[in-house]
Amino acid sequence: MDDNSVHELALRMGDNCLILGQGLSAWCGHAPALEEDIALANIALDLIGQTKHWLGLAADLSSEKKTADDLAFLRDVREFKNCLLVEQSNGDYGNTLMRQFLFDAWHYPVLEALVKSSDKRIADIAEKSIKEVTYHLERSTDLVIRLGDGSAESNKRMQGALNRLWRYTGELTEPDSIDDALADSGIAPDLGEIRKKHTQYLAAALREAMLTIPDGEQMQSGGKRGLHTEGFGYLLGEMQVLQRSNPGAKW
Amino acid sequence: MQTAAKKTSVATVWSWLENVPDPEIPVISVVDLGIVRDVVWVDDRLVISVTPTYSGCPATAVISLEIENELRRHDVEKVEIKTILSPAWTTDWITEAGRQKLKDYGIAPPVNGAASCAGALMRPAFSAVECPHCGSSETKCVSQFGSTPCKASYRCEECLEPFDYFKSF
Repeated sequence: MDDNSVHELALRMGDNCLILGQGLSAWCGHAPALEEDIALANIALDLIGQTKHWLGLAADLSSEKKTADDLAFLRDVREFKNCLLVEQSNGDYGNTLMRQFLFDAWHYPVLEALVKSSDKRIADIAEKSIKEVTYHLERSTDLVIRLGDGSAESNKRMQGALNRLWRYTGELTEPDSIDDALADSGIAPDLGEIRKKHTQYLAAALREAMLTIPDGEQMQSGGKRGLHTEGFGYLLGEMQVLQRSNPGAKW
Repeated sequence: MQTAAKKTSVATVWSWLENVPDPEIPVISVVDLGIVRDVVWVDDRLVISVTPTYSGCPATAVISLEIENELRRHDVEKVEIKTILSPAWTTDWITEAGRQKLKDYGIAPPVNGAASCAGALMRPAFSAVECPHCGSSETKCVSQFGSTPCKASYRCEECLEPFDYFKSF
């Protein structure tokens, strides 16, 4: 296995964490309850911490002398390899929670498999991350169930969020040639196996939440190839503005 | 001075590190917290292996700096702080002394083996977290995410005081 595929895996994992962490950070000071504000900020912090590990590995493996910060702040839209789900706008609080739930339910089994990766660098990061993501999944599942099976208004908002976001879930477990190569060499799991776990978990939780999975939805994909949705450029613009307008600025 | 420092035994270095406080919870040291994993001399360099509590914990960088400062105070010239991720830090590594200090400070120490498990669908029965103020086991989790990444917010149903729980991890 060449390091190129490992580099790509580290970028994909890191970009997912970075972009979701960036979106969540925007809630800091605006969430509907103090406890929720703190939880969202803490989860964002965990994800940005995990980004540091993944993009640090990606930077170590790149031929040019780059750092994790370079990768986060100086790449353009087409170079980001995150899934489309995490770049969807926050919307209302219900939409943010649904996005988190759909992602956590995928993130957890992926990390669970990566802990057993034949590549120790990957396994180490996964071992650290999964402990944090366990808490993320517990929380997002709990809240999706409580709000889905809550008032008529909360149910309506959660169903609306599910309808809006469902089309971005297929891509999470849709393998490309890099995924196949990684699975063959025991570095990353077979995404077919992850799909089974993801689907089962979502179905059970959403049933309990009294929410209906949209039927016959056309799935959208492109994130792993750097093809992103319209809002992504704005997200990067906000995230990168300081480094773009003051190159090399330090804390 | 380097020669003198080089003679310093690893055991003495550990005792110095017991004076380095956690920046967020200053009553507890980095040794109590269990994040210092190894102390070893490599030639004339003192290598300290440290593992982060949470990936994004803002205290991590400060902790490395404080360890370095403490060692410099004891005239160690060459210090290397090595970050290790595996085995991942667990609250089981918090020392008995550390647990007592947390409790005295008003933070309920972690209940071993009560770590969260994947998803509310599979949530295990939680062991009771004792209120650090009145000792009651009639406590309730308000949020698994508290004032720092390592803490959860709890409330005591007996004395009605809110408190921090150093969550099992």
